[in-house]
Order: sequence, then C-alpha cells, then structure tokens
Amino acid sequence: MISFLIRRILYAIPILIGVNLITFLLFFVVNSPDDMARMQLGEKRVTEEAVAKWKQERGYDKPMVFNRQASGAGKVTDTIFFDKSVPLFWMDFGHAEDGRDIAHEIRTRMGPSLAIALPAFLVGLATYITFALLMAFFRGTYIDFAGVLFCVVAMSISGMFYIIGGQYLVSKLWNLVPISGFAEGISAWKFVVLPVLIGVIGGIGGSARWYRTIFLEEVNRDYVRTARAKGLSERRIQFAHVLRNALIPILTGVVVVIPSLFMGSLITESFFGIPGLGSYTIEAINNQDFAVVRAMVFLGSVLYIVGLVLTDISYTLADPRIRLQ
Amino acid sequence: MSLPFMPVVLYTDALVFVLIAAAAAFAWQIRRHDHLLAPWKKVGRSRSGMAAAVVLAVLLFTGFLDCLHFRPALPAGPAGKAGYSVEVFSVLDVALTSLRSRNEKTYSAPLATHLFAKETVQFPDGTQGRVFPRLAHGGKHLADPDADWARDVAQRALGGVAIAVVAWQFLLWIAVANLAHRSRIAMREAWRQVWRCETEMPWREMLATAGILLLIFVPLFVLSAKYHVLGTDKVGQDVFYLALKSLRTGLVIGTLATLVMLPFALALGIMAGYLRGWVDDLVQYVYTTLSSIPAVLLIAASVLMVQAFIDRHNLFETTAERIDLRLLVLCLILGVTGWTSLCRLLRGETLKLRESDYVQAARAFGVSRFRIMTRHILPNVMHIVIIAVVMDFSGLVLAEAVLSYVGVGVDPSMNSFGNMINTARLEMAREPMVWWSLASAFVLMLMLVLSANLFADAVRDAFDPRIRGRIAGSALAGPLQAGGVGR
Repeated sequence: MISFLIRRILYAIPILIGVNLITFLLFFVVNSPDDMARMQLGEKRVTEEAVAKWKQERGYDKPMVFNRQASGAGKVTDTIFFDKSVPLFWMDFGHAEDGRDIAHEIRTRMGPSLAIALPAFLVGLATYITFALLMAFFRGTYIDFAGVLFCVVAMSISGMFYIIGGQYLVSKLWNLVPISGFAEGISAWKFVVLPVLIGVIGGIGGSARWYRTIFLEEVNRDYVRTARAKGLSERRIQFAHVLRNALIPILTGVVVVIPSLFMGSLITESFFGIPGLGSYTIEAINNQDFAVVRAMVFLGSVLYIVGLVLTDISYTLADPRIRLQ
Repeated sequence: MSLPFMPVVLYTDALVFVLIAAAAAFAWQIRRHDHLLAPWKKVGRSRSGMAAAVVLAVLLFTGFLDCLHFRPALPAGPAGKAGYSVEVFSVLDVALTSLRSRNEKTYSAPLATHLFAKETVQFPDGTQGRVFPRLAHGGKHLADPDADWARDVAQRALGGVAIAVVAWQFLLWIAVANLAHRSRIAMREAWRQVWRCETEMPWREMLATAGILLLIFVPLFVLSAKYHVLGTDKVGQDVFYLALKSLRTGLVIGTLATLVMLPFALALGIMAGYLRGWVDDLVQYVYTTLSSIPAVLLIAASVLMVQAFIDRHNLFETTAERIDLRLLVLCLILGVTGWTSLCRLLRGETLKLRESDYVQAARAFGVSRFRIMTRHILPNVMHIVIIAVVMDFSGLVLAEAVLSYVGVGVDPSMNSFGNMINTARLEMAREPMVWWSLASAFVLMLMLVLSANLFADAVRDAFDPRIRGRIAGSALAGPLQAGGVGR
C-alpha cells in the first residue's frame, strides 16, 4: 500500500511537470510579457517606459528560459520560467495584479467554496443514487419511463436556468432566503441553502440516469439471479446486493471530484456572490489577471491527480479483491 | 459587370460546408453497404429518435440558411464603381428582413403595442405627461389598440393556425403518397399503416412532430408580421429574430468543435493502441496531462491568450469576420482540449482489435501498419466515433452558454444563447421584470438540446447499447455541465 502510494506520487510528477509546461507555454510564449503589459495598461498609447516598469515590477523583464548574462546557476535560475513556473510546485503562486498574495487568497476563499460544494456533493450523491435505485427497482414500468424522461429533460436545461429560476422563485417571489451574499460562521446557512439545493437539482438529470445504467447493468448479473433463487426479497437484492456491487463504477466517477470540491463552482459562486475560489477565478478571467488563472490551473490539476490516487485507494476499501501493489 | 451582392464565406461557414460535404460523402458510403446501413435503419425505427430528428432537421436548416453570407452592393458611387456594404448578411437575415429592420426604442413585452417604459411626451394641447408611448412598428396598424388588440391578435393567430393546418395536411398527403408509391399499396392502405404505426419508419410520430412545429411556428411568423411576438430587448431588437440567430452559434459550436477534435482523437488513439511502445506512452502521457487540467480553466486560459493575440493583430475588413474568427477559435480550443476522452476510448478499442483474427491475418499477409490502421481498424471503431459525436453535441451547446457567461465564450456582440442568458440575467432584476428574452432563450435552447439528446440516445442504442455509460460519463460535456452547477 505504502509503496503503491509512493509510486503513484512519483508517477504524478511528470504529469505535473507537463501541466506546468503547458501553463508556461500558454501564458508566456503565446503572449510575451510585453503583450500582457499592454493589455493590463490599456491597449492604446502605452509608452515603452510604462511597459518596462510594469514588467520590472512583476519580474517579467527576465529572459524566458535561459539567461545569457547571468553566471553559473544563474543562467537557469534567473529566468521567468524559474521564477514564475517552478515555484508552483511548492504552492508558491506569487502575487495577483492587485498585489495580494495568491496563496493567502486561496486559503481564505477555500472555506466558502467548500461550504457550498461539500453539502451539494453529499446531498446530491444521496439523492441521485436513491432516485436511480428507485428507477432501477421499477425498471420497465411507467414509473421508470417517466423517471428517465424527466432525467433527459432535466439534463437538457442549461444549469444557468436552474440558478436564475431558483433565485427568482425562492428569493424574489417567496422571499425565503437572500438572493446572494455570504456570511461567516453559522449564520451562513441561509446563504448556503439555495445554492446547494439548486446544485443538487441541476445535476439530477445527468447523474441519476448515469447511475441507473450502472444499476441496470448489475441487475442482470448471475449473483442477482442466485440471490433471487435463494428467495431474497427484491428490495433486499436491490439495496444490499446491487448497490454494494455497483460501488466500483460509482466510485470511479465520484471520488475523483472530491479534492476538486475545494475549487468550488465558477457559475454557482458567481451567481450567488459567494467569495470562494470559483468567483475568484471568474474575476481573474474578467480582469485578465494571468497570475491567478495560472495558479488556479495548476491547483486544479494537482487536486485532480490527488483525486485519482484517492480513487485507487477507495477501490480497495470497496472491494477486498482489489489489492494495490 | 458586378453582382448585386458579394458572397462572403466566413471561416466557420467554410468549415460548415466541409462538414456537410463530409457528411454527404459518408452518407453515400453508408447507402452502398448494407452492414453500415443496418444500424442507421435501427435509428430510423426509433420513435423518439426520429421525432427528435424532425426537430433537429428544422433547426439545422435554419442554422444552415444563416451560414450563407453575403455583402449587398451599395448604390454605385460617383466614380461609377460599385462598392459593397461592410455589413455582412445571411440568407436568414433576408428571410427575416421585417423582423430585423423593425427596431423599437427599447424593451417591449411580447405582442405589445406600447413601450415597456414610460416616457415624457408633449401632448397636442401643450401639456406634458408620462405615458407608455406607442411602438414604432408593433401593432402600428391598429387604430385603437385598447379596443382592437385582442381581436386582431386572435384573428391573426387563428389565421396562422389555419395556414399551419393546411400546410400540415399537404405534408401528410406527400408523405403518405410517397409511402404508397414506394411500397406499391393503395393510398387508403398507406393511411391505415401510418395511423396504426405499422410502417417501418415511425411516420406517425414524425408527422405529428412536424404538425406541432408548424402549429407553433406558423402562427408566430404570421403574428410577427405586425407585432413583436417575443417582445424586444434593451435596444429594441426583436427577440424572436435574436433567438433564431442564436441557433447558428450553438449549432456551429456543437458540430465544429467535434470536427476539430476527431482527427486528434482518431489518429492518436489508433496509433497508441496499435503501435504500442513509446508512441503509446507518449500519447497516454499527453492525454493524462491535458485531462488533469480542469476543462473550464484550460479553455478559459487558452481563449484569454488567443483573444489577446487577435486583439493585437487587427486585420479584418468587417466586424463579422472578426467576431467569426473568435467563434472559430473557440471551436478550435474546445476541440483541442476535448479530444482526450474519445482518444482514450479509441485506444482501448484498438488494443482489443489488434489481437483479433482478421488483423492478425492482415499482418501475416504483410499488410503495412498504416494500411492495417486505416483499412482494418478505423472502420471498426467508427461506431464509437459516431456515438461520441452525437453525444457531445448537446453538451457543447450547453457549454457555450456557460463559457459565454464566464467571459471566454463567443464575442459579446454575437447572437448566442449564452449572451442572451447573460443579458437576461440583469433584466430579471428589473421591476417589473423583463422575462421574455430569458424565456425565448430557454425554450429554443431546450428544443435544440432535448432533441439532440433524444436523437443521440437513439443512435447510441442502435450502434452499441453497451457503451452507454462509458461515453456519457466521460465526454467533455460532463465536466463542463457539472461545473455549471453543484460540482
């Protein structure tokens, strides 16, 4: 187990290097720092001095990957690549356009993101699996048909309509909770309820249908027939045997997103004014704050890779036949 | 001799034409081979699938009309040299000229005769007052709107329904006559078969869908001759027109992004699976790396970068071309970032196929590796490709809305569902609320995505019912749509 983990982590290193190279290419080679300076300072009538000053303030006035002027190790270390891209590996993200420390922002904004994403994830998972089990239980009947039809219609509606509709109905018409905003501590609940609810409803179509197909695949297996022959009740077969055996395909899709919950959701957070990482990313994109976008890209991939490792570990917990070695 | 118009082929138009040509060639190939035709015949027997196909066909045709662009000639100048307008129009624009040109001042509700906002006006007797002014075009023909409006609207709507019914009867007659002619049976017998759904293709469902579409859209068009059926937006443009124009954007993104993705996924997936060795390692490394970056962020970063590049090099004659380039770039980026899941599937399938008897035999006969990959493996993974293409489509249409909201989608001045939702969001906060833009975008988008989803289900069931989970869970659409809400 330990050696497996170590190997997986070693295996992740080349992938992270690749991600790092892609971000470097995207952010520094496609557009030179000069272009970034012009965009930030305003497109027209930017003096050379202003550009030079902007670059110098941010440390973008160095060569890209190889510094001819420097001596010794400085040839490699005194470059944009080494200054800006390599520190991402130890989670040193540098500073945003407004001078704030990105790592600090990420730490403070993780909380609100999690406050929305984690309940939405847990409630969603329970709802979808229950709904899918019910559809599989009534398979081939009109209940199942109506459920599938509902799912197809629900997944054909853009998530933004759920948010707009929910905000209009719950907040504006019924005045139950505030439309948007966030608060610290326990009083945050009234800001959290609606985004969580809408998050769950928005995902029901695609997810419940997907789980239903997983269950239906299990229902036709031999062990189900054996269980039925033994005289077990259909309910017990469905909820004890099928659910347990369907865990592996479910875990494959579910565990990998758990670490990414930290990143929050771009759309939900920005619609509801939640000061989390999702809205931070959107603001950065709108302000063309390249340092923040770069940091989020890297952080997102790290969390995804952590999710992959967790998925492998969860397999062993769900199915004792699987051993990691 | 100069033409009254100059044809303009925008980048995306050109790609759409290429796509249509490719689809036509593909269809011709399929018609000649029974084993290729069989699954499509199965799609043709699916009731929900074919009903959805009717809706899709209508929407695709509308989008296609919007892809035929031209620049009208300007009146000849003093030098006698005819110039062309810098504005680019499409055939759809011409067909909807009355909708496009009759702009109001600002918001007006659907079918309204008066503006949505009060204005200060001068009465003939010199006094001033704040009233809802009459619209410049909507319901202009009414002498006394308060008295005549309801009767006029009802009359026109009924007229539209009558036209729709007649048109539907005609359509029915053509379909049944065609059926009777083909299977050499009497008209009465053909009618009976359609009515009882005994035909091979579900004609009853298809004709019913066509009838519903006619009943909805013909009255809308009839009414839109004198009114703004779906209201007007902030600058007074007809919302019905904007919604129809948005179709093209959604369709272009849904189809072209897949077209861009296919070569990558096919070439790399099959090569990795068949050649193994370092090629396999490299391809696996590349797609693991790419897919580990969250899709929205990768797209956002790429779009930001390319957009900066476009802004720097301002080299276009018309704004339409600049906006179109942005759309093309978005399709390219969606394609380049979205090929990984299909590539993984194709690699896995190729790994299986390379051990199959016929590939072994080909190898034993000394067929070259390139030829084995193109002649023996490619045709046998096509079913996966077809399923992936139709399943990705609806996800991409939905993704456009999300990306446009984030600010990395199509150009803000382009007609698209994302931009419509984006502006409508602010209108919802107005008091009283402006709901018609959002509702129009909602209905048309639901029509497009729902029919695409139903059709995709039929295609998937026909080609490979066992594949359902594997693609549905992993397509690019998944993470993006889920990224929209919740996760």
